Amino acid sequence: MSTFDDPFDADRNLRSGCVCGRHRSASEHEQAALRCEPVESVEKRYEGVVASAVMRTMFPQDAARRAFLKSVGASTALAAVSQFFPLKTATEVFAETGSPEKKDLKVGFIPITCATPIIMAAPMGFYAKHGLNVEVVKTAGWAVIRDKTINKEYDAAHMLAPMPIAISLGLGANAIPFAVPAIENINGQGIVLATKHKDKRDPKDWKGLKFAIPFDYSMHNYLLRYYLAEHGLDPDTDVQLRSVPPPEMVANLRADNIDGFLAPDNICQRAIYDGVGFMHLLSKEIWDGHPCCSFAASREFITSAPNSFAALTRAIVDATAYASKAENRKQIAEAIAPANYINAPVTVLEQVLTGTYADGLGGVKTDAKRVDFDPFPWQSFAVWMLTQMKRWGQIKGEVDYKAVAEQVYLATDTGKLMTEMGLAPPASPYKSFAVMGKTFDPAKPDEYVASFKIRKQS
Amino acid sequence: MTPSLRLRAAIVSIVLLAAFLGIWHLATRSTAPVATMSPEYAKLMGLTATQGKSAMPGPLDVGAKLWEHFKRPFYDNGPNDKGLGIQLAYSIARVGTGYLLAVLVAIPLGFLIGMSPLLSKALDPFIQVLKPISPLAWMPLALYTIKDSSVSAIFVIFICSIWPMLLNTVFGVASVRKEWINVARTLEVGTVRRAFTVILPAAAPTILTGMRISIGIAWLVIVAAEMLVGGTGIGYFVWNEWNNLSITNVIIAILLIGIVGMLLDQILARFTRMVTFPE
Repeated sequence: MSTFDDPFDADRNLRSGCVCGRHRSASEHEQAALRCEPVESVEKRYEGVVASAVMRTMFPQDAARRAFLKSVGASTALAAVSQFFPLKTATEVFAETGSPEKKDLKVGFIPITCATPIIMAAPMGFYAKHGLNVEVVKTAGWAVIRDKTINKEYDAAHMLAPMPIAISLGLGANAIPFAVPAIENINGQGIVLATKHKDKRDPKDWKGLKFAIPFDYSMHNYLLRYYLAEHGLDPDTDVQLRSVPPPEMVANLRADNIDGFLAPDNICQRAIYDGVGFMHLLSKEIWDGHPCCSFAASREFITSAPNSFAALTRAIVDATAYASKAENRKQIAEAIAPANYINAPVTVLEQVLTGTYADGLGGVKTDAKRVDFDPFPWQSFAVWMLTQMKRWGQIKGEVDYKAVAEQVYLATDTGKLMTEMGLAPPASPYKSFAVMGKTFDPAKPDEYVASFKIRKQS
Repeated sequence: MTPSLRLRAAIVSIVLLAAFLGIWHLATRSTAPVATMSPEYAKLMGLTATQGKSAMPGPLDVGAKLWEHFKRPFYDNGPNDKGLGIQLAYSIARVGTGYLLAVLVAIPLGFLIGMSPLLSKALDPFIQVLKPISPLAWMPLALYTIKDSSVSAIFVIFICSIWPMLLNTVFGVASVRKEWINVARTLEVGTVRRAFTVILPAAAPTILTGMRISIGIAWLVIVAAEMLVGGTGIGYFVWNEWNNLSITNVIIAILLIGIVGMLLDQILARFTRMVTFPE
């Protein structure tokens, strides 16, 4: 019998066993090979491993162990052993993979609600829970956060979901392999228009307007372009798109420099709060469940400090799971509002996170999924972003969609961590989804790109 | 300046300040008309939208906030939120480092260039091209090559504040009166001794004027650099408060930046007076 078997079974021998460890001998294993079923959960398996070790130490002679179990019964024995040896604690210690190589880490973030899991993990103790001492550092803009992460001032950072792909491909920067272990948030963006356009709700009338997006390599850019193109406007010629840092968007909207923006949240709600714009559309209505921001680190950090990276990912996944519950959202809004973190009025953050918000036109709307949190880095998300990069001419030439997606979006590793944490990751890292009613099949990216009438001709 | 003139000037200053504050107060007090809204909706909106309060704070708001900052200038709520005193100290330390490095390079170099008409002609085009470059233009380059944001900030201060000092040193050294140098030569004074006992005192006022221009530029640069690099400093404070659209805090920062800049300038002005000589 081996590590994964029940040490409280009197009829088993703890010393010898088969390859899979579930049979008394190799021959018995051969016979039963086809019936060999996996243990229900990793935790159960660890419990078995630890208990075996404890029992072996207590009864060096296997005969003595069997005699003991026969006389008192397995459950009594388990209770008795647990009395003076905390099996639960020992199991927990075992389940922790190696201790982090580097405990003091710096993680950069942009002050928007997309960074909620990264930020809240500091004041709410998710980093500490996973044995890390993390300093979250507010950063001025996407280009700066990219440069500081590449320069190793930050060990990991909050990035727009397409940024790690762009950096890995060397678009707008030197090619440096980056990876995404977790998606920060899904949904959580919106199209806000200046109040003076409140009668111009049909995008067909938007010719000549000026819109702001946070960054060229952003879901915001791709979603706005997609939305405009579906309504027959060519985003490159019919409207003006400007890259503007999120905090400057509200000021620019007030000053009439732009007519609207597709921005990450709390910026949208902030514009409404200050009475300069109204919510035209939540990004959720373009694509429900779209990724927005990601948690990213360089491959170099992952290989040089794999345990720190795993602990960091666990903390983020843990925080994301906590944030995904509606009942926790108010508490989170209060935790991330102070000047040290997002630095915004609590009301604004609450409206974003709880989904009960003022729409800027005098109405109160409710959409509990306005922003949501789901850490799993679907590789089909990455493929979709690559198709849009190709569509708008950011990538020229051929792309190996699948290879890039699998290299950057670490679905397998995160799936493994999630299983270890008792969460249920999806079975496949690819899924099909619909953007404005049009189905995307991750297996046929080139056909998808070719199917759009409005795109940059290369 | 006679005492009576000084007094009259002070009175005019105070009157101007009072007039400015008064106009400011009146301009921001007025409330714009507001649309009627349901109380439930109003609860979710800011004061600008619900009460038509001007987005620009009045002098009283700024005063109250300023008093709050003065009461606890050195608080530390973590890496992204520190008191104004700490932020200013960070900025002054950065400016000091970058500026001192610039002084250490510019003055000896300026001396050498100034003493050689050939070099001063040859290097002039380079200096003229490098001089007008904005700090924000240097920043990406610095971040990319130095790979450290705090060193980059110091480098940007260094590179922006070096040129006025260099040019003034060159000019000061080159325009020392020929008679004095000729007298020194007749007395067979060596080159090193001539540089320190004749040229340096003669060029000192010009050099210090260059240093005074440079400290002003260094202080201008720090705000821009810190807004970009972030983390600490008065520039970061401005950016962080702008992020929250808190114009009140931005105005306070502007006021403090002005005061510190003036103090730095006054220190250099005092030094300049010490080395000035009547001809």
